[in-house]
Amino acid sequence: MNPPKLIEIRKNILKKNDELAQGLRTRFATHGVFVANFVSSPGTGKTELLKYTMARLTERFAVAAIVGDVETENDAIRLRKSGAPAYQVETHNMCHLESFHIEKAIAAASSQFRVEELDLLIVENVGNLVCTSAFDLGEDLQVVLVSTTEGEDKPLKYPKIFDRSDVCILTKMDLAEALEFDHAQMRASIDAVKPGMPVFEVSAKTGLGMDAWIDYLAGRVEEKQAVETPAWVS
Amino acid sequence: MRGHNYRSLYMHELSIALRAVETIVEDLADHSGSVLSVQIRVGALSGVVPDSLRFAWDVACADTRLSGSVLEIEEVPVRIWCEACQCEHTLPDADFVFRCPRCAASVTEVMAGRELEILSVELTEHESPQAH
Ligand SMILES: Nc1nc2c(ncn2[C@@H]2O[C@H](COP(=O)(O)OP(=O)(O)O)[C@@H](O)[C@H]2O)c(=O)[nH]1
Ligand SMILES: [Mg+2]
Ligand SMILES: [Zn+2]
Repeated sequence: MNPPKLIEIRKNILKKNDELAQGLRTRFATHGVFVANFVSSPGTGKTELLKYTMARLTERFAVAAIVGDVETENDAIRLRKSGAPAYQVETHNMCHLESFHIEKAIAAASSQFRVEELDLLIVENVGNLVCTSAFDLGEDLQVVLVSTTEGEDKPLKYPKIFDRSDVCILTKMDLAEALEFDHAQMRASIDAVKPGMPVFEVSAKTGLGMDAWIDYLAGRVEEKQAVETPAWVS
Repeated sequence: MRGHNYRSLYMHELSIALRAVETIVEDLADHSGSVLSVQIRVGALSGVVPDSLRFAWDVACADTRLSGSVLEIEEVPVRIWCEACQCEHTLPDADFVFRCPRCAASVTEVMAGRELEILSVELTEHESPQAH
Protein backbone atom coordinates (compact mmCIF):
# COMPACT_ATOMS: atom_id res chain seq x y z
CA MET A 1 0.00 0.00 0.00
CA ASN A 2 1.23 3.51 -0.83
CA PRO A 3 1.38 6.03 2.00
CA PRO A 4 -1.75 8.13 2.31
CA LYS A 5 -1.61 11.39 0.43
CA LEU A 6 -3.25 14.66 1.29
CA ILE A 7 -5.26 16.29 -1.45
CA GLU A 8 -6.19 19.90 -1.08
CA ILE A 9 -9.80 20.77 -1.83
CA ARG A 10 -10.37 24.26 -0.39
CA LYS A 11 -14.01 24.64 -1.32
CA ASN A 12 -17.03 26.04 0.43
CA ILE A 13 -19.25 23.14 1.52
CA LEU A 14 -22.29 24.96 0.27
CA LYS A 15 -20.63 25.79 -3.04
CA LYS A 16 -23.43 24.19 -5.06
CA ASN A 17 -26.17 25.92 -3.13
CA ASP A 18 -24.32 29.22 -3.33
CA GLU A 19 -23.61 28.90 -7.05
CA LEU A 20 -27.22 28.09 -7.78
CA ALA A 21 -28.30 31.01 -5.55
CA GLN A 22 -25.94 33.29 -7.45
CA GLY A 23 -27.46 32.10 -10.72
CA LEU A 24 -30.91 32.90 -9.39
CA ARG A 25 -29.70 36.31 -8.20
CA THR A 26 -28.45 37.09 -11.73
CA ARG A 27 -31.75 35.96 -13.19
CA PHE A 28 -33.73 38.08 -10.72
CA ALA A 29 -31.48 41.07 -11.49
CA THR A 30 -32.03 40.66 -15.22
CA HIS A 31 -35.75 40.99 -14.74
CA GLY A 32 -35.69 43.52 -11.90
CA VAL A 33 -37.32 41.13 -9.42
CA PHE A 34 -36.76 42.00 -5.75
CA VAL A 35 -36.64 38.88 -3.58
CA ALA A 36 -37.27 38.85 0.17
CA ASN A 37 -36.77 35.77 2.36
CA PHE A 38 -38.71 35.63 5.67
CA VAL A 39 -37.47 33.45 8.53
CA SER A 40 -38.71 32.83 12.07
CA SER A 41 -39.72 30.13 14.52
CA PRO A 42 -43.03 28.36 13.76
CA GLY A 43 -46.02 30.49 14.79
CA THR A 44 -44.24 33.86 14.95
CA GLY A 45 -46.59 35.29 12.33
CA LYS A 46 -44.83 35.04 8.97
CA THR A 47 -47.91 33.99 7.02
CA GLU A 48 -50.12 36.59 8.70
CA LEU A 49 -47.59 39.39 8.05
CA LEU A 50 -47.07 38.30 4.44
CA LYS A 51 -50.80 38.01 3.71
CA TYR A 52 -51.16 41.59 4.91
CA THR A 53 -48.04 42.78 3.07
CA MET A 54 -49.03 41.13 -0.22
CA ALA A 55 -52.57 42.53 -0.04
CA ARG A 56 -51.17 46.04 0.47
CA LEU A 57 -48.56 45.81 -2.32
CA THR A 58 -50.46 43.88 -4.95
CA GLU A 59 -52.05 47.04 -6.43
CA ARG A 60 -48.66 48.70 -6.90
CA PHE A 61 -46.47 45.77 -7.86
CA ALA A 62 -46.64 42.32 -9.44
CA VAL A 63 -46.21 40.19 -6.31
CA ALA A 64 -46.03 36.43 -5.76
CA ALA A 65 -44.96 34.13 -2.95
CA ILE A 66 -43.19 30.82 -2.55
CA VAL A 67 -43.90 29.09 0.78
CA GLY A 68 -41.91 26.26 2.29
CA ASP A 69 -43.64 24.02 4.75
CA VAL A 70 -42.91 20.53 5.96
CA GLU A 71 -46.53 19.56 6.34
CA THR A 72 -49.46 21.17 4.57
CA GLU A 73 -50.53 23.55 1.84
CA ASN A 74 -52.38 25.73 4.41
CA ASP A 75 -49.99 28.66 4.24
CA ALA A 76 -50.23 29.00 0.46
CA ILE A 77 -54.03 28.92 0.72
CA ARG A 78 -53.91 31.65 3.40
CA LEU A 79 -51.48 33.77 1.35
CA ARG A 80 -53.68 33.55 -1.76
CA LYS A 81 -56.37 35.41 0.20
CA SER A 82 -54.19 38.49 -0.34
CA GLY A 83 -55.17 38.33 -4.02
CA ALA A 84 -51.62 37.46 -5.10
CA PRO A 85 -50.46 33.99 -6.24
CA ALA A 86 -48.66 31.71 -3.80
CA TYR A 87 -46.90 28.44 -4.53
CA GLN A 88 -46.32 25.81 -1.84
CA VAL A 89 -42.97 24.00 -1.86
CA GLU A 90 -42.93 20.50 -0.49
CA THR A 91 -39.71 20.26 1.48
CA HIS A 92 -40.21 16.54 2.15
CA ASN A 93 -39.46 16.93 5.85
CA MET A 94 -36.47 19.17 5.23
CA CYS A 95 -36.37 21.90 7.84
CA HIS A 96 -35.19 24.70 5.54
CA LEU A 97 -35.33 25.85 1.93
CA GLU A 98 -32.28 25.54 -0.32
CA SER A 99 -31.68 27.33 -3.60
CA PHE A 100 -32.71 24.28 -5.63
CA HIS A 101 -36.16 24.46 -3.99
CA ILE A 102 -36.53 28.01 -5.28
CA GLU A 103 -35.39 27.12 -8.78
CA LYS A 104 -37.80 24.17 -8.94
CA ALA A 105 -40.65 26.18 -7.45
CA ILE A 106 -40.24 28.96 -10.01
CA ALA A 107 -40.47 26.41 -12.83
CA ALA A 108 -43.39 24.53 -11.28
CA ALA A 109 -45.36 27.69 -10.48
CA SER A 110 -45.33 28.95 -14.07
CA SER A 111 -49.07 28.36 -14.45
CA GLN A 112 -49.66 30.71 -11.48
CA PHE A 113 -47.03 33.37 -12.16
CA ARG A 114 -44.05 34.01 -14.41
CA VAL A 115 -41.06 35.12 -12.41
CA GLU A 116 -39.81 37.39 -15.23
CA GLU A 117 -42.95 39.49 -14.86
CA LEU A 118 -42.70 39.98 -11.10
CA ASP A 119 -41.55 43.04 -9.18
CA LEU A 120 -41.50 41.31 -5.82
CA LEU A 121 -41.02 37.63 -4.98
CA ILE A 122 -41.66 36.76 -1.36
CA VAL A 123 -40.24 33.58 0.16
CA GLU A 124 -41.77 32.30 3.39
CA ASN A 125 -39.11 29.94 4.69
CA VAL A 126 -39.79 26.88 6.85
CA GLY A 127 -40.42 27.81 10.51
CA ASN A 128 -36.94 27.31 11.93
CA LEU A 129 -34.30 29.72 13.22
CA VAL A 130 -31.36 27.31 13.13
CA CYS A 131 -31.34 25.47 9.84
CA THR A 132 -32.45 28.32 7.60
CA SER A 133 -29.40 30.36 8.55
CA ALA A 134 -26.86 28.59 6.34
CA PHE A 135 -28.56 28.68 2.95
CA ASP A 136 -28.41 31.53 0.45
CA LEU A 137 -31.52 31.57 -1.74
CA GLY A 138 -30.48 34.39 -4.06
CA GLU A 139 -32.55 36.89 -2.11
CA ASP A 140 -31.94 40.65 -1.85
CA LEU A 141 -33.28 40.90 1.67
CA GLN A 142 -33.54 38.49 4.56
CA VAL A 143 -36.08 39.39 7.20
CA VAL A 144 -36.09 37.71 10.62
CA LEU A 145 -39.30 37.81 12.64
CA VAL A 146 -39.68 37.56 16.41
CA SER A 147 -42.99 37.91 18.25
CA THR A 148 -43.74 39.63 21.54
CA THR A 149 -44.58 36.19 22.95
CA GLU A 150 -41.12 34.72 22.41
CA GLY A 151 -39.18 36.63 25.07
CA GLU A 152 -36.91 39.66 24.88
CA ASP A 153 -33.75 37.51 24.87
CA LYS A 154 -34.69 35.49 21.78
CA PRO A 155 -32.13 37.28 19.54
CA LEU A 156 -29.36 36.37 22.00
CA LYS A 157 -30.32 32.71 21.70
CA TYR A 158 -30.19 32.74 17.89
CA PRO A 159 -27.33 35.09 16.97
CA LYS A 160 -26.52 33.25 13.75
CA ILE A 161 -29.81 33.94 12.04
CA PHE A 162 -29.60 37.59 13.09
CA ASP A 163 -26.09 37.80 11.69
CA ARG A 164 -27.42 36.54 8.35
CA SER A 165 -30.52 38.74 8.29
CA ASP A 166 -30.85 42.38 7.20
CA VAL A 167 -34.03 43.52 8.91
CA CYS A 168 -35.99 42.45 11.99
CA ILE A 169 -39.76 42.56 12.37
CA LEU A 170 -41.30 42.32 15.83
CA THR A 171 -44.75 40.78 15.41
CA LYS A 172 -47.92 40.58 17.54
CA MET A 173 -47.40 44.09 18.92
CA ASP A 174 -51.11 44.16 19.79
CA LEU A 175 -50.24 41.74 22.60
CA ALA A 176 -47.37 43.85 23.94
CA GLU A 177 -49.23 45.47 26.80
CA ALA A 178 -50.86 42.29 28.09
CA LEU A 179 -47.47 40.54 28.00
CA GLU A 180 -45.65 43.48 29.62
CA PHE A 181 -43.35 43.37 26.62
CA ASP A 182 -40.10 45.28 27.25
CA HIS A 183 -39.36 47.23 24.03
CA ALA A 184 -36.03 48.57 25.26
CA GLN A 185 -34.75 45.17 26.31
CA MET A 186 -35.73 43.60 22.99
CA ARG A 187 -34.04 46.43 21.08
CA ALA A 188 -30.90 45.96 23.19
CA SER A 189 -30.86 42.20 22.45
CA ILE A 190 -31.15 42.85 18.73
CA ASP A 191 -28.47 45.51 18.82
CA ALA A 192 -26.12 43.19 20.69
CA VAL A 193 -26.21 40.54 17.97
CA LYS A 194 -26.65 42.81 14.93
CA PRO A 195 -25.68 46.41 15.63
CA GLY A 196 -27.67 48.93 13.62
CA MET A 197 -30.23 46.42 12.35
CA PRO A 198 -33.44 48.16 11.23
CA VAL A 199 -36.39 47.02 13.37
CA PHE A 200 -40.14 47.30 12.61
CA GLU A 201 -42.74 46.76 15.34
CA VAL A 202 -46.01 45.61 13.79
CA SER A 203 -49.32 43.89 14.37
CA ALA A 204 -50.96 41.99 11.55
CA LYS A 205 -54.21 41.96 13.56
CA THR A 206 -54.57 45.72 14.05
CA GLY A 207 -52.32 47.05 11.28
CA LEU A 208 -50.23 48.85 13.90
CA GLY A 209 -46.81 49.90 12.56
CA MET A 210 -47.50 48.43 9.13
CA ASP A 211 -47.19 51.68 7.16
CA ALA A 212 -43.50 52.07 8.00
CA TRP A 213 -42.80 48.44 7.03
CA ILE A 214 -44.80 48.63 3.77
CA ASP A 215 -43.08 51.92 2.83
CA TYR A 216 -39.68 50.40 3.53
CA LEU A 217 -40.33 47.28 1.42
CA ALA A 218 -41.95 49.26 -1.42
CA GLY A 219 -38.92 51.57 -1.38
CA ARG A 220 -36.56 48.62 -1.70
CA VAL A 221 -38.59 47.15 -4.59
CA GLU A 222 -38.56 50.52 -6.43
CA GLU A 223 -34.85 50.91 -5.77
CA LYS A 224 -34.18 47.62 -7.52
CA GLN A 225 -36.39 48.53 -10.47
CA ALA A 226 -34.51 51.81 -10.86
CA VAL A 227 -31.17 50.03 -11.18
CA GLU A 228 -30.16 49.46 -14.78
CA THR A 229 -29.55 45.84 -15.66
CA PRO A 230 -25.81 45.49 -15.08
CA ALA A 231 -23.69 45.07 -18.20
CA TRP A 232 -22.24 41.77 -17.03
CA VAL A 233 -25.67 40.15 -17.01
CA SER A 234 -26.09 38.45 -20.34
CA MET B 1 -28.07 24.63 20.91
CA ARG B 2 -31.34 25.43 22.51
CA GLY B 3 -34.96 25.31 21.55
CA HIS B 4 -35.24 23.06 18.54
CA ASN B 5 -36.14 19.45 18.11
CA TYR B 6 -33.99 16.47 17.29
CA ARG B 7 -35.36 15.92 13.81
CA SER B 8 -34.79 19.42 12.54
CA LEU B 9 -31.26 19.48 13.88
CA TYR B 10 -30.52 16.17 12.25
CA MET B 11 -31.97 17.10 8.89
CA HIS B 12 -30.03 20.33 8.66
CA GLU B 13 -26.56 18.97 9.32
CA LEU B 14 -27.34 15.95 7.16
CA SER B 15 -27.98 18.31 4.23
CA ILE B 16 -24.67 19.99 4.87
CA ALA B 17 -22.86 16.64 5.14
CA LEU B 18 -24.45 15.41 1.90
CA ARG B 19 -23.34 18.56 0.07
CA ALA B 20 -19.79 18.09 1.35
CA VAL B 21 -19.67 14.46 0.24
CA GLU B 22 -21.04 15.41 -3.18
CA THR B 23 -18.40 18.10 -3.66
CA ILE B 24 -15.56 15.81 -2.58
CA VAL B 25 -16.66 12.93 -4.82
CA GLU B 26 -16.70 15.33 -7.77
CA ASP B 27 -13.32 16.78 -6.92
CA LEU B 28 -11.71 13.36 -6.59
CA ALA B 29 -12.92 12.13 -9.97
CA ASP B 30 -9.32 12.03 -11.28
CA HIS B 31 -7.90 10.29 -8.21
CA SER B 32 -8.16 6.61 -7.32
CA GLY B 33 -8.19 5.10 -3.84
CA SER B 34 -10.40 5.43 -0.83
CA VAL B 35 -10.81 8.38 1.50
CA LEU B 36 -9.31 7.96 4.97
CA SER B 37 -10.22 11.32 6.40
CA VAL B 38 -11.70 14.67 5.51
CA GLN B 39 -10.60 18.00 6.99
CA ILE B 40 -13.30 20.61 7.34
CA ARG B 41 -13.34 24.12 8.79
CA VAL B 42 -16.51 25.23 10.60
CA GLY B 43 -16.99 28.79 11.84
CA ALA B 44 -18.92 29.42 15.04
CA LEU B 45 -21.30 31.65 13.05
CA SER B 46 -21.78 29.25 10.15
CA GLY B 47 -25.04 27.85 11.48
CA VAL B 48 -23.55 24.36 11.72
CA VAL B 49 -23.13 22.49 14.99
CA PRO B 50 -19.94 20.37 14.76
CA ASP B 51 -21.31 17.49 16.85
CA SER B 52 -24.38 17.23 14.64
CA LEU B 53 -22.22 17.25 11.54
CA ARG B 54 -20.11 14.40 12.96
CA PHE B 55 -23.32 12.56 13.77
CA ALA B 56 -24.59 12.94 10.19
CA TRP B 57 -21.28 12.10 8.54
CA ASP B 58 -21.51 8.30 8.40
CA VAL B 59 -25.01 8.44 6.95
CA ALA B 60 -23.94 10.95 4.31
CA CYS B 61 -20.89 8.85 3.34
CA ALA B 62 -22.73 5.53 3.05
CA ASP B 63 -22.38 3.89 -0.39
CA THR B 64 -19.82 6.43 -1.58
CA ARG B 65 -16.03 6.22 -1.76
CA LEU B 66 -15.99 8.23 1.46
CA SER B 67 -17.62 5.38 3.35
CA GLY B 68 -15.72 4.78 6.60
CA SER B 69 -13.87 8.10 6.42
CA VAL B 70 -13.12 10.13 9.53
CA LEU B 71 -14.36 13.69 9.71
CA GLU B 72 -11.88 16.12 11.26
CA ILE B 73 -13.38 19.48 12.13
CA GLU B 74 -11.36 22.61 12.76
CA GLU B 75 -13.61 24.98 14.70
CA VAL B 76 -13.08 28.68 14.05
CA PRO B 77 -14.15 31.16 16.73
CA VAL B 78 -15.72 34.51 15.86
CA ARG B 79 -13.20 37.31 15.46
CA ILE B 80 -14.34 40.90 15.26
CA TRP B 81 -12.57 44.13 14.36
CA CYS B 82 -13.13 47.27 16.42
CA GLU B 83 -12.76 50.39 14.31
CA ALA B 84 -12.44 52.63 17.39
CA CYS B 85 -9.63 50.67 19.04
CA GLN B 86 -8.12 49.45 15.77
CA CYS B 87 -7.82 45.97 17.17
CA GLU B 88 -9.12 42.48 16.71
CA HIS B 89 -10.95 40.47 19.39
CA THR B 90 -11.98 36.85 19.64
CA LEU B 91 -15.49 36.41 21.00
CA PRO B 92 -16.03 33.80 23.70
CA ASP B 93 -17.69 30.60 22.53
CA ALA B 94 -21.50 30.71 22.30
CA ASP B 95 -21.61 34.33 23.39
CA PHE B 96 -21.84 36.34 20.21
CA VAL B 97 -22.41 39.83 21.46
CA PHE B 98 -21.00 42.09 18.80
CA ARG B 99 -19.50 44.64 21.10
CA CYS B 100 -15.85 45.47 21.62
CA PRO B 101 -14.67 43.93 24.93
CA ARG B 102 -12.31 46.88 25.39
CA CYS B 103 -14.35 49.99 24.56
CA ALA B 104 -17.88 48.50 24.36
CA ALA B 105 -18.51 50.01 20.93
CA SER B 106 -20.85 48.10 18.62
CA VAL B 107 -18.89 46.14 16.08
CA THR B 108 -20.17 45.05 12.68
CA GLU B 109 -16.96 43.90 11.06
CA VAL B 110 -16.69 40.13 11.37
CA MET B 111 -13.20 38.95 10.41
CA ALA B 112 -13.74 35.23 10.91
CA GLY B 113 -16.35 32.75 12.10
CA ARG B 114 -18.59 32.30 9.04
CA GLU B 115 -16.43 29.58 7.43
CA LEU B 116 -17.90 26.35 6.14
CA GLU B 117 -15.09 24.95 4.06
CA ILE B 118 -13.67 21.63 2.93
CA LEU B 119 -9.91 21.93 3.35
CA SER B 120 -8.51 18.60 2.23
CA VAL B 121 -8.90 14.85 2.10
CA GLU B 122 -6.50 12.10 2.95
CA LEU B 123 -6.47 9.40 0.31
CA THR B 124 -5.01 5.88 0.29
CA GLU B 125 -4.03 4.54 -3.05
CA HIS B 126 -4.19 0.78 -3.21
CA GLU B 127 -1.46 -1.17 -5.03
CA SER B 128 -4.08 -3.45 -6.51
CA PRO B 129 -7.88 -3.51 -6.54
CA GLN B 130 -7.94 -6.45 -4.10
CA ALA B 131 -5.79 -4.84 -1.45
CA HIS B 132 -7.53 -3.94 1.78
N1 LIG C 1 -52.50 38.64 18.23
C1 LIG C 1 -51.84 38.42 17.09
N2 LIG C 1 -51.77 37.18 16.61
C2 LIG C 1 -51.10 36.99 15.45
C3 LIG C 1 -50.46 38.06 14.75
N3 LIG C 1 -49.84 37.54 13.65
C4 LIG C 1 -50.11 36.22 13.65
N4 LIG C 1 -50.87 35.87 14.73
C5 LIG C 1 -51.36 34.54 15.06
O1 LIG C 1 -50.26 33.70 15.38
C6 LIG C 1 -50.48 32.37 14.86
C7 LIG C 1 -49.36 31.97 13.94
O2 LIG C 1 -49.32 32.86 12.85
P1 LIG C 1 -48.73 32.44 11.43
O3 LIG C 1 -48.82 33.63 10.54
O4 LIG C 1 -49.37 31.19 10.94
O5 LIG C 1 -47.22 32.14 11.83
P2 LIG C 1 -46.04 31.45 10.96
O6 LIG C 1 -45.96 30.04 11.42
O7 LIG C 1 -44.81 32.21 11.32
O8 LIG C 1 -46.39 31.57 9.53
C8 LIG C 1 -51.84 32.42 14.19
O9 LIG C 1 -52.80 31.94 15.08
C9 LIG C 1 -52.04 33.89 13.89
O10 LIG C 1 -53.40 34.25 13.84
C10 LIG C 1 -50.56 39.37 15.32
O11 LIG C 1 -50.04 40.36 14.80
N5 LIG C 1 -51.26 39.49 16.48
MG1 LIG D 1 -46.51 30.15 8.00
ZN1 LIG E 1 -12.97 48.98 20.87
